[in-house]
Amino acid sequence: MTHHNTLPLKYIDEYRDARLVKELAGKIQRETRHPWTIMEICGGQTHSILKFRLEDLLPPEITLIHGPGCPVCVTPTEKIDRAIDLAGRHGVILASFGDMLRVPGSETDLLSAKAAGGDVRMVYSPLDVLKIAGDNPTRQVVFFGVGFETTAPANALAVIEARNRGLKNFFLLSSHVLVPPAIRTLLNEGGGRIHAFLAAGHVCTVMGYEEYIPIAATYRTPIVVTGFEPVDILQGILHAVRLLAKKEYRVHNAYARAVKKEGNPAAKALIREIFQVTDREWRGMGTIPMSGLELSPAWAEFDAEKAFEFRVKKKHGAGKCLAGEVLQGKILPAQCAEFGKTCTPEHPLGAPMVSSEGTCAAYFRYGKYQNNRS
Amino acid sequence: MCLAIPGKIISIDRSNPDLVMAKVDFAGVKKDICIQWVPEAKEGNFILAHVGTALSLIDEKEALETLNLFREMDNLAGDPS
Ligand code: SF4
Repeated sequence: MTHHNTLPLKYIDEYRDARLVKELAGKIQRETRHPWTIMEICGGQTHSILKFRLEDLLPPEITLIHGPGCPVCVTPTEKIDRAIDLAGRHGVILASFGDMLRVPGSETDLLSAKAAGGDVRMVYSPLDVLKIAGDNPTRQVVFFGVGFETTAPANALAVIEARNRGLKNFFLLSSHVLVPPAIRTLLNEGGGRIHAFLAAGHVCTVMGYEEYIPIAATYRTPIVVTGFEPVDILQGILHAVRLLAKKEYRVHNAYARAVKKEGNPAAKALIREIFQVTDREWRGMGTIPMSGLELSPAWAEFDAEKAFEFRVKKKHGAGKCLAGEVLQGKILPAQCAEFGKTCTPEHPLGAPMVSSEGTCAAYFRYGKYQNNRS
Repeated sequence: MCLAIPGKIISIDRSNPDLVMAKVDFAGVKKDICIQWVPEAKEGNFILAHVGTALSLIDEKEALETLNLFREMDNLAGDPS
């Protein structure tokens, strides 16, 4: 294991303990009764599974498929085109998280817009964007804020702070998505191909897991709230196997050190204050009803969708990229003809090859195309 | 992007009641993190941080239980029962 320093990482190192990993793998081996397919929702978990080669520790009856939990990946092309449109304008500063800058829109990406003279800035936190807006009062500063429920409170906080600071030049171009409607969509059309879910632990730190209880019961599909380290993920899989073996269709919290049943009430209240639920298009999955967040009318003055006229045409087709199939766990990246050939992290054809949470990037980095740099 | 990492609170600045900030140590790297939504957080506590904000306080007891639980189950598994 490599850290950039030698200090122990509390709450990380102990969850990578080789002996615990082996014990858990043994239990999963012994307790697996049937061929079961388990989907992990979150792209961060996908990367851990690949990085630590956890699939090698599982019995052949267990198939892990990878879900849509990569916010950068599910952001529709049209939204990215809107951000690129704004980035190219005189007087606009467009800020976003690093991964967003390299995701291809229909024709180009934000980094290319930057190279062409656009003022595009990478930020670590939405709060950084407030500073940019304060420092540049004559410019319009747009934060392209994507994300799941995990990121929604931070983006909401930036909007509230913009009002508190009297900033008139801060705007949010938001493309927020919600996990439970996506799980329902996968289960509605899945025809029984997914037997259990590992729910995304960090989404649940904010939202809790009450929303998942009726989903588990209605679809007779266990859902296990799961963390991100190898011990956490194997523990999630073990609990999924146990619930499946006992035919118990409920939610189990296997990430109790970070997740409470009710989530984080203060963060949830903030989301409810700033955003309202809306239909949202997901890249490759179409429009899912009530699956996104948009700024509510009381905060419309900060909504980039309302403040700007866009010159973006709706384009159809994603070219050769099979992101939609990958994001729904219908194919593995290697089943895409472009994987590792015309599509690589240096020259991505689609978002799943760009993002640090994208499934194609995980397979490229840790799979058979693994490079020796890491 | 939903990645959140654990860090230890070194000091808390409550001068702005709408934006409570903390200095947080991530294994030697120190960052300013907003801890507005974890009002119970104290110096020395560990939080999970995501894009500059704390999502939750790490529950030390639960954290140990996760690790100890397995040790215990081992002992049980070792019993010929
Ligand atoms: S390998 Fe590239 S082109 Fe193929 S699905 Fe993944 S991102 Fe799209």
